[in-house]
Formats: sequence, structure tokens, C-alpha cells
Amino acid sequence: MDAKLQVPTLDSPLPVLEPIKGVKKAPLEEYFTSGHRTCQGCESALVMKLMVKAAGPRTVVLGSTGCMYVANTTYYSTSWVVPWMHTQLGSSGSAAVGTAAGYRALMRKGKIKREPINVISFCGDGGGADMGLSAISGALQHMDYNHLILLYDNESYANTDIQASGSTPYGANTTFSPHGKAKRILHKRWKKNMAAMLAAGHPECRYVGTVCASYAVDFMNRIRKALSIGGPTFIHSLDPCPKGWDYDPMLSHELGELAVLAGIWPLFEVEQHQLRLYGKTRAIVEGRQKRLPVRDYLMKQGRFAHFTNDDIDYFQAKIDEMWTRWLIPGVLPFSTDVLNERPPA
Amino acid sequence: MDPDSATAVRVAAAEQEALISGSEAVAVATRLADVDVLTAYPIRPYDTLMQYVAKQIANGEQDAEYIVAESEHSQFEIAKHAEAVGARAMCGSSGVGWCYAFEAIAVTPALRLPLVAMVGNRALDDPGAFGTEHNDALAARDLGWMHVWVDTAQEALDTTLMAYRVAEDRRVFLPCAISTDGAFLTHSQTLVKIPPQTWVDEFLPPYNRGDLRLHPDNPITIAPQVNEDWLMEIRRQTDEAMRNARGVIEEAYRDFRRIFGRGEGNPFFEEYRTEDAEVVLVGMGTLSMPVKVVIRKLREQGEKVGFVRVRWFRPFDHERLGALLSRFRAIGVIDRDFSMGSPFNSGVLANEIRATLYAQDRRPPVVSFIAGLGGREVTIPAVKEMIEQTRRAAAAGKAPADTQWIGVRA
Ligand SMILES: Cc1ncc(C[n+]2csc(CCOP(=O)(O)OP(=O)(O)O)c2C)c(N)n1
Ligand code: SF4
Ligand SMILES: [Mg+2]
Repeated sequence: MDAKLQVPTLDSPLPVLEPIKGVKKAPLEEYFTSGHRTCQGCESALVMKLMVKAAGPRTVVLGSTGCMYVANTTYYSTSWVVPWMHTQLGSSGSAAVGTAAGYRALMRKGKIKREPINVISFCGDGGGADMGLSAISGALQHMDYNHLILLYDNESYANTDIQASGSTPYGANTTFSPHGKAKRILHKRWKKNMAAMLAAGHPECRYVGTVCASYAVDFMNRIRKALSIGGPTFIHSLDPCPKGWDYDPMLSHELGELAVLAGIWPLFEVEQHQLRLYGKTRAIVEGRQKRLPVRDYLMKQGRFAHFTNDDIDYFQAKIDEMWTRWLIPGVLPFSTDVLNERPPA
Repeated sequence: MDPDSATAVRVAAAEQEALISGSEAVAVATRLADVDVLTAYPIRPYDTLMQYVAKQIANGEQDAEYIVAESEHSQFEIAKHAEAVGARAMCGSSGVGWCYAFEAIAVTPALRLPLVAMVGNRALDDPGAFGTEHNDALAARDLGWMHVWVDTAQEALDTTLMAYRVAEDRRVFLPCAISTDGAFLTHSQTLVKIPPQTWVDEFLPPYNRGDLRLHPDNPITIAPQVNEDWLMEIRRQTDEAMRNARGVIEEAYRDFRRIFGRGEGNPFFEEYRTEDAEVVLVGMGTLSMPVKVVIRKLREQGEKVGFVRVRWFRPFDHERLGALLSRFRAIGVIDRDFSMGSPFNSGVLANEIRATLYAQDRRPPVVSFIAGLGGREVTIPAVKEMIEQTRRAAAAGKAPADTQWIGVRA
């Protein structure tokens, strides 16, 4: 496929954001600093910090309701150095469009200076993968507007006390899916395949990627790519959450790595229609890295403590299916011959 | 000739007339106001506005970001965020579409974003109904939106320009909803005077968000988490803005009269044959047409009846309206809406009028009517019946305790 597909109109100025070549070359400036009140070990706070570090000072951030709003912007002690505005829980897509459209009109009409302004709109998994899915989908169709929608996925409605979302992994204990005497497992939905769904469903969109902040340089470079490629873009970040996942806060970084190494969280990007697996995911697929058993990941987290061996086997089988049966392994689940796996009773 | 009417002569010479509907009149106003961002989502009758806008964009007559959203919620959120960066925006909806956007509608006033929206008033179906009913717009009456009801396509055009002028005044910075009765106004064509651009530019300064603008040059945090520590002060500020709007509306209408030579009288409500009236009807929107027709007829027969059409519902001009209404012997309030279980089972307007009159020394009886729901025509006999009942209340010095449903099957 031609990698340089023409996009109808990309007339708003784009920033030049060179890739960061190694952690020592990362900018020292911080645009997300003190003043926040996230839990100890909160990976999403790191995601916010790396996101704006990569984007730089000519950036406007919109944030939908959730931990990264409530815990980061206490009145009079905002942690944002760049301009920031709250948006409603399901509005990350619309906030990005409205902000970018406003700048585009004002620049075209000469009402403000014509210059690249990075527009980043973030949402949680509840705000993005559930409630705001429609608005994000709409946003990814409007090619006139340059922006990045970043979904920080802590796999629950965390801010409201850890409730199951469409992005919560199968079987996880949440306050809406407690492990009980009669029912070992209440949350039986399989996690949405959000990034691939958006990439497949929005054929004009020039960049969709998954990231994990355990790999900070890779993470920042994907942000830079998404912001400088033009048009609407989407990045999905898996964020270990000590409170929701119930583990020792010092393990956030390791859990992110384990999710990738166990093949649960594939790192990939779809850049101008080219799919590329990257980082440890690519190493696994190319046989340079052994895919670890899901048990190593699941059993470090209290939210899966009630799992029986059968549950773990089921989880493992579903992950194996991703890599052995899917049409595009780790990315697209279509197959002419799907395993008819059923969850254990 | 006083300076005002001198201007009027100049105006009459330079304006162009066009046969257009209420929705098209608003579309023309968005072009004249150089609106930067417009968002669309289909629902009758509001969609007619954006159909006209789409044509203007397609024909190169209007320069704006025109965005077809995937829901009303997104329509309002996109427009809201565009306003935050200093772009002038317009959106709107009707009936359940307005309700679908309610979250965005609810938060816009506290953000002090001067968004202007058109409500093509429509019944909240189920059960299915396209016709006009005011409950959609009225659902947002307590939230800090300014609300104005217009009656004619000319008024729709003029009021749209006025709405931006008032909303974007730094003393106000509140959103404004313009209610246009579905079908009766949105779809009905009349001759409308379209002002030249120069006059509009003289009347409407550019939207200047000042130090509240979201831009890298002005790194502010908007809508932080305030909780009980600050929310009450912020509500109080929004309330202050709404209070300020009363004076700003007066100024805007005065200036409008100076430049455009029309828009006589009190901006907040229109009086029709009230001079020596003994009883009056009160209502909002296009029901003024049959009411005025009946009043004209009755006046010919020497009957002292009049009509008061409430234009600005928020802010409500309780002082002047109260003073005016206390003069009459009885008042009949027609609601094209309902408020089930409210005091006297009245519609919304009737209870606002009762509250307004309470502060007056003279409190004439108020008969409350509900009529014209779901777009049902308010007929000449229906208006006569309401006047008759109001007259009986005047004679008795007492209104019936309960609300009267007019033109409804038994
Ligand atoms: C329309 C609406 N419904 C519900 C809420 C309540 N609410 C506030 S934060 C939140 C959790 C959002 O979850 P997510 O998007 O995953 O972000 P997280 O809190 O996990 O960071 C919810 C449900 C809300 N703010 N708005
Ligand atoms: S609950 Fe999770 S996402 Fe929220 S602040 Fe705590 S660690 Fe971060
Ligand atoms: Mg979450």
C-alpha cells in the first residue's frame, strides 16, 4: 500500500518534533509538575508528564473527567505548566475538534498568529473506550484538524472507586464486579481492542498507536510522531494503577513491562496505513524474546487473586489465540477458524 | 426629526429585503456575525438552520469551520471548546436533541463561554411529535443560560446579532439560547431586512476573550477541581453576570436602534394594545399571531384587552414586568409548556408571573392556561376563550385555582 496516501486538507501548520534519541537526550523541561495528588506509584501521572515533555511548550491540553482531572488540577495548585482545560467525561474527541477547529478558523482569518499549536486531548478508559467512543470516532474522521487523543487506560473507572469498564480485563475484581461467595467472577467481558478498532474503522486517520510508559523513550517518540503527522491521531496507553489493580506501588513499571512481555498488551502503531509492531512486542514475534506466561502478570495483582487455575488457563488460552489465530496477530481478531473458547463455569 | 429617526431613514434606504424563514434568518445572521465555528446535527426543526449554513459554506458565502458532529452532545462540546480559544461559535438543537446535549449545556455558563445556540422549539418525544413546545429550552432555564424567545424571522436575525453582542460582553460572558417556535417560525417565510455588513461590524465588536483565552501564550487552567471550597463563589459570580446582563441588553438594544433604526420599545417584553387594557394575555413566541388578531378584533368592538409577549425569559425583567402587570384587572398566562406537579399545576411562565406579581402592592388574579402543545394550533376561538375566562376572573376579582387546558379533547 502506498504509504504516502494523500490527505484532502492538511493546511494547519504542523510542528517539527524530532525523535528523541535515548533517555539522556530527552528534554529537561517539565510541563506537568508539582501540585498533583495522584496515588503513590500512579503510572498515569507519569504518562501525563511524558506526554507534555514530548510535546513541548506550544501545547494545549484538554482532559476529560477522571483521576487525571480530579487529582491533578486542584484549584490554585494546578500541576499544568501548559494551558489546560477540563472537558466532560465523554468529550475528549469533541474537545480536540473544537479546540483545533477554533485555532484553525482564527489562523485562517488572520485573527491570531499562524503557528503550530499541539492540541492533546486525553481521556481515561471509561471516558474514552466507553462513554466517549462515539465522539472519538467522529473526531478521527475530521481530517482538517490536527490533534492527538490519548487514552490513559488504568482499566477501570478509577476516580469513582474502581468500577468495571469496557476496558477492564476479564475477571478482574472491581467495586462493580466483586469476587463473591456465589459468583467467583462477575466481570465476564473481554477487554475492548480499542486502538485496532479505531485504526481499522477510520481509514483516513494517519496515526494510531499503543504505548506503555515503562518504555519512556518509545512512548515520547510516539507522541511526537502523532503530533507532527497531521490530522487527528490516537494513542492508547496501558497504565498500571496501584489502587485499582491492587499491588505494591513500587511495581508499576514492572507491571507495564510484564503486560507487554506476556503478550497481553501488544505495542504497535499504524502509521499512514502501515502496521508496525515495535519494542518488546516485535522481539516476541520475531522470536528474540520469549512470551511470558500470563500467570506471571496476573498473580502479582490483587484484582486477580481469586483466579483459579482454570481461570488462568482460560486467560492464557485467549492470549495465545491472539498470537496464533488472529488474522493479524496481536492486532486484528478476525479469523476463519476461531477457537470456540468458553469461560470456565 | 430626532437623531434616531434620521438613522432609520438611512437604514431603510440601505437594507436589502429577502423572503426567508426564521431558520434562514439566523443562518444569515451567523454569516454577518462572522461566526468562526458552526456545528450541525440533524433534528427537525433545528436542522434547517444548519442546512442554510451548509449552503452558504458550499457557495463560498461564509468562511467558517462547519462541522457535522456525530451527536448533539458533541455539537455543543465542540462549540464550547471553540469558544474557549476565542472563536465565535454557533450550534443548537430541538426537543430531545437539546436534551441529548444537556451535559454540555449545563457546564457552559460556569465556564463563562458566550456560545449562542438556536433552539428550534419542539416537543420532547416520545410519543412522536415534531411540533413546537417550549419544554426543551425551558429545561435549561435555571442553569445560567440567557434565554430569548423570538416571534418573527426579522426578530430572529436581529436577536442573533444582539445575542452575540450581549453574550460576549465581558461583564456577561454567558451563553445565550434563542428560542424559535418549530414550524411556525423556523419554516415560515416572511420578508426580512438584511443589513449591510458595515452596520453589523459597527454594532458587533470582535469576540475578545482577553486573559481567559486558552492559548500557549496564556497558560491558564480552566475548570479545575474546586469542590465546596470555591464552588459557591463561582456560582455567585455567574449569578452576578446574569444580573449584569439586564443592563447590557438595554445598551445593546439602544445601540441596535441607533445603527439599524428598528427595535423600538422595551427589549425584555413587547406590549400590544396594553395602554388602557383591563385584561391582558401573556405568552411567548409565535402564539402572539392569533392572540394579536383576536385582540385587534375585540378592540374594534371597544373591548379593553391587550397582550404582553415575553421576549427575554432569562434574565427576566421582573421589575418592569411586575409594575406593568399589576396595573391590569386580570392576567391570563398562556404556557406552551408544562411543569407537571408545579404550584396550581401550571406551566412554567405562569408561575414566573405569579412570583413576579407577589412583590407588587396590587396583585391582579392570574389565570393560567396551557395551550398549543406539540405544535397544536392556538386557534382564534381558543384565544377568545382564554380572554373570556380572564375577563370573568377580572369581574370576580379571583382566578380559578387550577390551570385551564385549552383546545384539548375531554
Ligand atoms: C457524565 C458523567 N457520568 C459520570 C461521571 C462520574 N465520573 C467521574 S470520574 C469517573 C471515572 C472515569 O473513569 P476513566 O475515564 O476510566 O478515568 P479514571 O478515573 O479511571 O482515571 C466517573 C464515572 C461524570 N463525571 N460524568
Ligand atoms: S487510582 Fe490509579 S489512576 Fe487514579 S490516581 Fe490512583 S493510581 Fe492513579
Ligand atoms: Mg480508568
